[in-house]
Amino acid sequence: MNSTAFDASISSGSNSRHVELYKIMRRIRTFEERVGELFARAQSAGSMLHLSIGEESAAAGFCAAMEPMDKFTTHHRGHGIFLARGADPKKMMAEIGGKEAGYCRGKGGSMHIADMGLGHLGANAIVGGGIPAIVGAGLAARHKQDGSIAVAFFGDGATGQGVLYEAMNMAALWKLPVVFCCINNQYGMGTRIDQATANPALHERAAAFGLKAETVDGLDVEVVAQAAQEFCDAARAGNPGFLAIDCYRFYGHARKDKSPYRDPVEEAEGRKKDPVLFSRNQIIKLGLFDETELDALDDEIAEEMDATIDFTIAQAEPPLMSLFRDVYAPSEPEPEAVRTRINRILAND
Amino acid sequence: MIEENIMIEMTYRDALRQALVDQMSQDSNVIILGEEVGRYGGAYGVTKNLIKEFGEERVIDTPISEAGIVGAAVGAAMSGLRPVVELMYVDFIGMTMDQLANQAAKIRYMFGGQIGVPMVVRTQGGTGRSAGAQHSQSLEAFIMHTPGLRLAMPATVNDAYHLLRQAMAQPDPVIFIEHKGLYTLKGEVDLNATPLPWGKAAVLRQGDDLVIVTYSRQVHYALEAAKKLAENGIEATIIDLRTLNPIDFETIRPHVERSGRAMVVTESVLTCGVAAELAARISEECFDFLHEPIVRVAGEDIPISVSPILEKGSVPNPQMIEETALKMFS
Repeated sequence: MNSTAFDASISSGSNSRHVELYKIMRRIRTFEERVGELFARAQSAGSMLHLSIGEESAAAGFCAAMEPMDKFTTHHRGHGIFLARGADPKKMMAEIGGKEAGYCRGKGGSMHIADMGLGHLGANAIVGGGIPAIVGAGLAARHKQDGSIAVAFFGDGATGQGVLYEAMNMAALWKLPVVFCCINNQYGMGTRIDQATANPALHERAAAFGLKAETVDGLDVEVVAQAAQEFCDAARAGNPGFLAIDCYRFYGHARKDKSPYRDPVEEAEGRKKDPVLFSRNQIIKLGLFDETELDALDDEIAEEMDATIDFTIAQAEPPLMSLFRDVYAPSEPEPEAVRTRINRILAND
Repeated sequence: MIEENIMIEMTYRDALRQALVDQMSQDSNVIILGEEVGRYGGAYGVTKNLIKEFGEERVIDTPISEAGIVGAAVGAAMSGLRPVVELMYVDFIGMTMDQLANQAAKIRYMFGGQIGVPMVVRTQGGTGRSAGAQHSQSLEAFIMHTPGLRLAMPATVNDAYHLLRQAMAQPDPVIFIEHKGLYTLKGEVDLNATPLPWGKAAVLRQGDDLVIVTYSRQVHYALEAAKKLAENGIEATIIDLRTLNPIDFETIRPHVERSGRAMVVTESVLTCGVAAELAARISEECFDFLHEPIVRVAGEDIPISVSPILEKGSVPNPQMIEETALKMFS
């Protein structure tokens, strides 16, 4: 098994599962902190970095219910989901750094990271843009009868986009093996959910389409994992659903955003809802690990994630000649460079 | 084994339908998605009876959700199917533009070449049915302006069949724009013939005096004009581009160099249009050979009216092409 992927064979609620889920969440948080560091050291490609700190339970909990052949799309804030699905953090960080060794050879970056091998049909920089692809992946799963499901991960911001409702309607109408997973971190950029809708009970909209629909609190990853299991099982049986997971975005929208639009009291209150800390306390309470053992585990993860930065900095930039590659299939001619064209035209004189 | 050529007379509509049937029979991963494609048989009848032949699982009637349909096709194509979407009118392409321009067109590139999006969006455009400003446009420039999207626009019955089959075998997303004024056009299709390669323009008429570069319905108008011009002693070459991405400039070049006169004819509007791009290319590539400015005979920069007389006045016609050519010699 890939050391990074969740082992679905571990039974729900078991002691080892608590620890497994904690590890995944800690890895996500530490990775995100290192993404911040990469940016601070001016080694990230750009500043379009949206961290999922505070949302780790959604990624770890939901992905615990998915099977290896399942497909998914993510959104602006999808690093955690991809890690929870088994991504190699070095290749992720290299992609965020715009390096050739990254998942997309440096062309995608944080917002367009994808890996067909892990069923990741792509992060998306268009809010809601990746959602309808899941309907198509669901159609393909049914066409091939391969037993897979497809999951669209998106934020509360995407519930303002019409294409979500088109997709939910089609999924419900055709009874596709699909789950819509809304990670409600309360903010679409700087706009709080209650400033964006008169009815923030988002699952009610999905229920209106005939989808199995529910909202769960994201504090306890085990609660998320259990709900996700129900939704994934139902989807596999042809009952698509919509699961909203309530959490709180700890930091700003992107790296440079200090979220001055948020009330500090609200922020402090929101950060109390920390799924990683909650899980850690649960593990201690259950006597599975003590503080020292957990610290050792955290240190091990910190080391792993530190290495992603060193790895990224050491990697090569993509070659300039890759500029025209992959606009079309490899069998097709590459577009002619403007400079080449100019030289050719003027040389004719 | 040498297969015999089978020339069959059929309409543009039936040729499209036959292409769908033949490709679906050959490849079980082809599915059709769209509004009214199943029970209704397609707004213009192209998918008539396909649902009976291939079933509801492969010919899928959708709700009126253009963005969602095209988005679903993107996901299906990434998951191993070969979806063919019918977008009822090209005028609705605005609803789908995120899924086409930001998703389908860029997935191969953004993801570093991991995967392509082999899907076809069949749609139709153009004037001729008094369908008004939101059902009569020629929006091919929207597509041409987006790297990553292929674009085919068949003018002939033979191309309706062969180009569509080629489009359905492309590794990248193809927008396939039919012309609503051509569905009843009759012509011969050779089902077994090896067609012109994808991306190759067709020289439909040879003449030494002038070259007219065009595509879709204007091909027929240009041919009509060329006949009249011949009566005045002007022999025109007519080039049917067939695909607008890729553009086959190498077929255009020798004809411009020989005649020194080039006209580009499009139903799409003048400004920043297909004709602008073609004229720019001809000017850059063949500058030293030109005797006259390259002339763009294009759609007027106005919306299309319902009134038949105003509708006709909005786009080029054979007479306008002929008169323009005569002026190029006066």
